[in-house]
Amino acid sequence: MSFEVPVATTRSSTGIPTGRLGMWWVVASEVVIFGGLIVCYLLFRLGNDGWGGEASFTIVPAGALNTFVLLTSSYFVVKAHKLIGEGDREEAFKYLWYTIACAGIFLLVKTYEYTTEITEMMHHHTNEDGHMIGTFPVFWGFYFAATGLHALHVIGGAVVIGIVSFGVKKGENLQRVEYVGIYWHFVDAVWIFLFPLFYIAK
Amino acid sequence: MTQKKKTGTRKAPAGHTSHHEESFWSKYVFSTNHFVIALQYTITGVFMALIGGYMAYVFRMQLAFPGEAVPGFGIVGPGEYNNMVTNHGTIMIFWVAMPVLIAGFGNFCIPLMIGADDMVFPRLNRLSYQIFLLSCVVIIASQFVPGGGFGGAWTAYPPLSSEAGYSLTKWGQTLWLLGVALEFVAFLMGGINFITTTMNARVKGMKMYDIPIVVWFIVIASILFMLSVGPLIAGAVMLLLDQFHVTGFYNPALGGEPLLWQHLFWFFGHPEVYVVLLPAIGVCADIIPVFARKKLFAYKIVLWTAIATGALSFVVWAHHQFVAGIDPRMAHIFTVTTLLISIPIAEMVFVYIATLYGGSIEFKTPMLWALAFIAEFLIGGCTGIYLGSTGTDIYFHDTYFVVAHFHFTFVPISIIAVFAGITYWFPKASGRMLNETLGKIHFWGTVIPFTFMFLAMFPLGMAGQHRRTSDYTIFPELAGWQDWRVIITYCLLIMIAFQFVFFWNVIWSLKSGKKAEKNPWRANTLEWLVPNVPPHGNFTDGFPEVYRGPYEYSTPGRKEDYWPQNVPD
Repeated sequence: MSFEVPVATTRSSTGIPTGRLGMWWVVASEVVIFGGLIVCYLLFRLGNDGWGGEASFTIVPAGALNTFVLLTSSYFVVKAHKLIGEGDREEAFKYLWYTIACAGIFLLVKTYEYTTEITEMMHHHTNEDGHMIGTFPVFWGFYFAATGLHALHVIGGAVVIGIVSFGVKKGENLQRVEYVGIYWHFVDAVWIFLFPLFYIAK
Repeated sequence: MTQKKKTGTRKAPAGHTSHHEESFWSKYVFSTNHFVIALQYTITGVFMALIGGYMAYVFRMQLAFPGEAVPGFGIVGPGEYNNMVTNHGTIMIFWVAMPVLIAGFGNFCIPLMIGADDMVFPRLNRLSYQIFLLSCVVIIASQFVPGGGFGGAWTAYPPLSSEAGYSLTKWGQTLWLLGVALEFVAFLMGGINFITTTMNARVKGMKMYDIPIVVWFIVIASILFMLSVGPLIAGAVMLLLDQFHVTGFYNPALGGEPLLWQHLFWFFGHPEVYVVLLPAIGVCADIIPVFARKKLFAYKIVLWTAIATGALSFVVWAHHQFVAGIDPRMAHIFTVTTLLISIPIAEMVFVYIATLYGGSIEFKTPMLWALAFIAEFLIGGCTGIYLGSTGTDIYFHDTYFVVAHFHFTFVPISIIAVFAGITYWFPKASGRMLNETLGKIHFWGTVIPFTFMFLAMFPLGMAGQHRRTSDYTIFPELAGWQDWRVIITYCLLIMIAFQFVFFWNVIWSLKSGKKAEKNPWRANTLEWLVPNVPPHGNFTDGFPEVYRGPYEYSTPGRKEDYWPQNVPD
């Protein structure tokens, strides 16, 4: 199945490259998904004073470390974009892989957190026979849904950056570095909202 | 490629002229061609409409003749009845109205009308259809799992949708949710394509106000869909987790809140009405000037009205929840916004009537459908006023008055406007004219029974007949209305029978219909420039240049009564 890029893709009535425009609409659709989830959480949180107690179980140092890791990864992806502009594809390839490495660290820390939190919760919500009582409180529902959805975006982003990086090595589709960078910044920005809402607010 | 951009893209795309013979699979199944994808979406949508129609037949037969075996189905128990009602609604909205009106017409119209050779992201387009097809498989499969299809209404309120102990469809409810979620993903991809294509891939000379209304409306609908569906996607993830008892977002016993789903659902659900309405009303906006031979009255106002409608549609959702225990003060605010939204819609109807005024109207089949759309939708719109006002809604809520009201909006959208579009663009898509006589028989045979069927439901609703009950004869105060139910069912049978006229018309016309000219309706828009059955790449004679808006009919001082967008003078 050979594929030829249609003329339509190369046009630019707005003056913005089509790929970038498309990526911004992807980000717009993602903003409302996370926005919906975060607004629901906020409304619940405002109506439930008890959630501060639940939030005290989230591990702030781990969250802070992950914030640092993600912000650094955003720097790497910007650096890769800048290097593409300067024509240094070898170096750009390297920086894209630094970004992926950061995503890996982020997910490792997240794994550690989930393990600790779930173990902790099993401890608090288990009766003497070792059976779970009920389900996780709603705070944890939101915590796992929001951070889990975010982690899925990190995984997806890392895979796409990997694909883009091999294109960079071959010198194909260099514009994609910018587009994947836009997406990666969005993933970063979501975390900037999640961290204070789930970790810092006790 | 960059070279072509600079020279005004007048040359035909080099790659497309030298196309080798493609196999059936790459041409029709894995095609990235927008026209083939439009056909795929439309045909799949019509196929799903047959399933949705069959479901309506099953539950209407049960209502008219309770307890008797329905031919082609068997005994309809309350569980099966709920399943049929739920999936009829879900399929007709998500698998008929959306694929045909937005994806089908969008894929067909947008590249042709803006003078492009394809969508800007053709492979994303193909993926969108494939995910949509998968969602069809999932929703159909939900009928065949233990317990049967989901029966908790298309609105899927928890706890009915989250607790298998209540819905009795442990598998059906999860498959339903997955199917709907996949469908959303498909339309998000499609929407990004439509918006980006229209923004960026317009042919030389086509300014914002030269874009045909139907293209504008599909784009606005895609933006509305994108901005409203996000919270529901989040909500669907939460519902899925609730179904597996991992969380209790909607379970008050665990600290959750069932009303949350209603807010998330209707925050999407109300804009969704306009998501499907706008393409439908856009199709009519493009058909009416052609057959009235008159310029569309107030193009810019129509456009800005649609944008205003879209903005307002985000702040009306709670009128679905007046009896759900929301604060009465909030209900007042939502009453005001709901009544406000009738202003732009009424204005659009006035614009169409003003377009007709003084025109030389030809009653061809597409025009009949477009006019019927306005007339029938008006009934739906006017009865909506009673439901938007808290005072009357508390009485009418969840009665057949509501059922009649939204069928007078959704049937004009997903049946009447769809037929308007299909009969209008059929010559371009197939190269043959449809038979006018058969078309008119089909038109009257559809519209008359439809009107009687749903008009009869208003008095039933006012008499207190509640929705989603499989047998009303057990209620003494409602048993006396049984004749009405029988008449409604007969109307449905007549309407279904007349659809065979349409299918016969299509099959007969494809084989031996009159060969269509390139521009049989003498219309202005660019899709009539391309050869019939648009080839891959569309504009084989080179891209046109646009000089004016799409609705210049009967311009004074011109010999011909139409003035195509690409003709300089």
